[in-house]
Amino acid sequence: MNLASTDFELFDMLPRFALDRATLDARWKALQGAAHPDRFAAEGAPAQRAAMQWAVRINEAYQRMKDPLKRAAYLCKLNGVPVEAGDNQAMPASFLMQQMQWREALEVAGDEAAVKALADEVETRRRSMLDELAVLIDERADWRAAARQVQALMFVVRFAEDIDRRLEALGQ
Amino acid sequence: MALLQISEPGQSPDPHQRRVAVGIDLGTTHSLVAAVRHGVAECLPDHAGRVILPSAVRYLGAGRRQIGFDALVAQAEDPENTIVSVKRFMGRSLADIAGREKLPYHFVDHPGGMLGLATREGEKSPVEVSAEILAALRQRTQETFGDDLFGTVITVPAYFDDAQRQATKDAAKLAGLNILRLINEPTAAAIAYGLENGSEGLYAVYDLGGGTFDISLLRLSQGVFEVVATGGDSALGGDDLDRALAEWALAQAGREARSAQDKRAVLVAARQAKEELTTQPRATLRCALAGGAIDVPVGRETLEALARPLIDRTLAAVRKVLRDAKVRSDDVQGVVMVGGATRMPAVGEAVGALFGRDPLINLNPDEVVALGAAIQANALAGNSKEGELLLLDVIPLSLGIETMGGLVERIIERNTTIPVAQAQDFTTFKDGQTAMALHVVQGERDLVADCRSLARFELRGIPPMVAGAARIRVTFQVDADGMLSVAAREQTSGVEAAITVKPSYGLSDDQVARMLQEGFACAESDMRTRALRESRVEAERLALATRAALVADGDLLSDSERKAIVALAVQVEAAASGNDHHAIDAAIEALARGTEAFAARRMNRGIRAALAGRKVEEV
Repeated sequence: MNLASTDFELFDMLPRFALDRATLDARWKALQGAAHPDRFAAEGAPAQRAAMQWAVRINEAYQRMKDPLKRAAYLCKLNGVPVEAGDNQAMPASFLMQQMQWREALEVAGDEAAVKALADEVETRRRSMLDELAVLIDERADWRAAARQVQALMFVVRFAEDIDRRLEALGQ
Repeated sequence: MALLQISEPGQSPDPHQRRVAVGIDLGTTHSLVAAVRHGVAECLPDHAGRVILPSAVRYLGAGRRQIGFDALVAQAEDPENTIVSVKRFMGRSLADIAGREKLPYHFVDHPGGMLGLATREGEKSPVEVSAEILAALRQRTQETFGDDLFGTVITVPAYFDDAQRQATKDAAKLAGLNILRLINEPTAAAIAYGLENGSEGLYAVYDLGGGTFDISLLRLSQGVFEVVATGGDSALGGDDLDRALAEWALAQAGREARSAQDKRAVLVAARQAKEELTTQPRATLRCALAGGAIDVPVGRETLEALARPLIDRTLAAVRKVLRDAKVRSDDVQGVVMVGGATRMPAVGEAVGALFGRDPLINLNPDEVVALGAAIQANALAGNSKEGELLLLDVIPLSLGIETMGGLVERIIERNTTIPVAQAQDFTTFKDGQTAMALHVVQGERDLVADCRSLARFELRGIPPMVAGAARIRVTFQVDADGMLSVAAREQTSGVEAAITVKPSYGLSDDQVARMLQEGFACAESDMRTRALRESRVEAERLALATRAALVADGDLLSDSERKAIVALAVQVEAAASGNDHHAIDAAIEALARGTEAFAARRMNRGIRAALAGRKVEEV
């Protein structure tokens, strides 16, 4: 293993979408326990530099591994199909229609209850799309379809963030 | 001269040489220094047995100063020269200071830069004032431990931005302290509590100090302190309540405080009344003003009504952090209270109601931060058992760069675990362009104008190419202190672009150097002695660390590699016995270069071993 190893190699996990979060967290802490610059505060500059590089690399991998969308995009890239962020050309018309309907619903939602209902609907949709993504990657290894699904999910996640902002504004 | 000894495998090369390391809480109202002695963290007292040092500096003229309690005595008579709560000014411009017209100082405005304070000894930077406080604590440490201070951990509010952190580091440098790490105050408090109680699970730290409010959520498990989310307000604290109470009292008495003396006198009286109301239901705010004394009775309910808006602001920040962490208030297993302002019963009640449980108050809220810092300092110095304590902290505010139209493009999101690095590619927009400017900002808003300007970077030396052909990869790195550094490289040619950093609110390296030159807190001969001593300590530390590394991982080296490293280490020891600190530094540098590859191999081995051990545990 070295600094160029993949995230999955680094955490010694199979390159799959499905992942046990508790194992990931425990391994992240074990790796940082060996690499964190604080462990080398009493040593010389070379040890501190090496520690810094590793600690940064481990955190980078952890950020990507713990987020299902980033993990899926990373798997697509490892398999030769990089995900183009923000490209809605390839999105099916039905998906774009759904997006527009949601946007309109958020605009007209007048109170907290209405926004929360929309938030629940979006969250349910997000979960089912993630389930589909797991099948595309772990069962079918269909990287093109998986990359499209990741793009679609990016839209959903961005919309969910807009809803959160609205909820925040309403709550204050 | 002791020659470098190479121990046989199995023999420990480290003769359990304990290194003295201290933790300093550089607070808005008061500061403390603590150390781990005989396995227990404790605050170091002054000659009178007091552990608290009021964060107050009075400039008396002719280079003389009073620090702490002595400075406070005269604060009402000599307010312009008695600086209190200087932490509020660290890394801040005058325009940033809310309610500055109510403060009794002669501010010097440096638009776009850190403010100054005009005293009878000339203009003082908040960094210099803070350095006086730190130097007083260093003095206290030396009286306890002698000259062998290995290093210091200084705490800062979690919500401090880059400029405020840098100002704190500069102050430590001026005070002659070797900083091992800046750590966040709530994290330090959690360490003090966590190690005390062996706690596991999710904890909240509510830290309401004199001038800052922090709320942090931490997950504790087996000695690992992971900060999950942090938030707060770096300009909200007990001082605001003093001001509100002072204004209320003046209004009641139908009076105004115009002179600097009057402003300070009524603030001091308000503070006293506030403290009395912690234990008593009624108090009297009494003070002598230029136009005659005032005498205003005040009840606890009045104080609580005045405090309500401040408390509500803290509770809004708490809810936001819970949302950020995607947890509910009843997921939190304990709430730690830090800071003198949490002594107010209304604060404890409000926080208790939000979390549905009584807050933890079994450690002294004034001391708990310094104690945690001392425990971390002790661990960083290598004194604690391996694997005993690991701190995984986060960046409190998002980092971004200015793009077209004054918009912010986020580079690193807030609450990302540090250290962290993120690369971003840029290109040129004109033919033959050899330089480009980047503006780095910190904050959560979309407009540059609503964020805090951190620094402007200029990349120079880009090889001339047609527009859009250059690929400049800029890497933003935030280290374990939460400090930003930037590196840039043109990808096609491999040219490293030189970067000029212009910190928006900090001191430049030149300014710090000048303050040091001007003999801050020490004469020039002292500085030479200090430089030599520091180089020697560093040389001995490195030789020892190298020896330990050769024993532990010497098998990673060939015979010739091993001999080369031993030779370099012997040179370091030889130089350290001389009096030339430049020679020592050169030998240290040579050893550092010569052990680069060895250090990298050792890290790789450590990483492999970490997961191997982990997997056995999981099975």
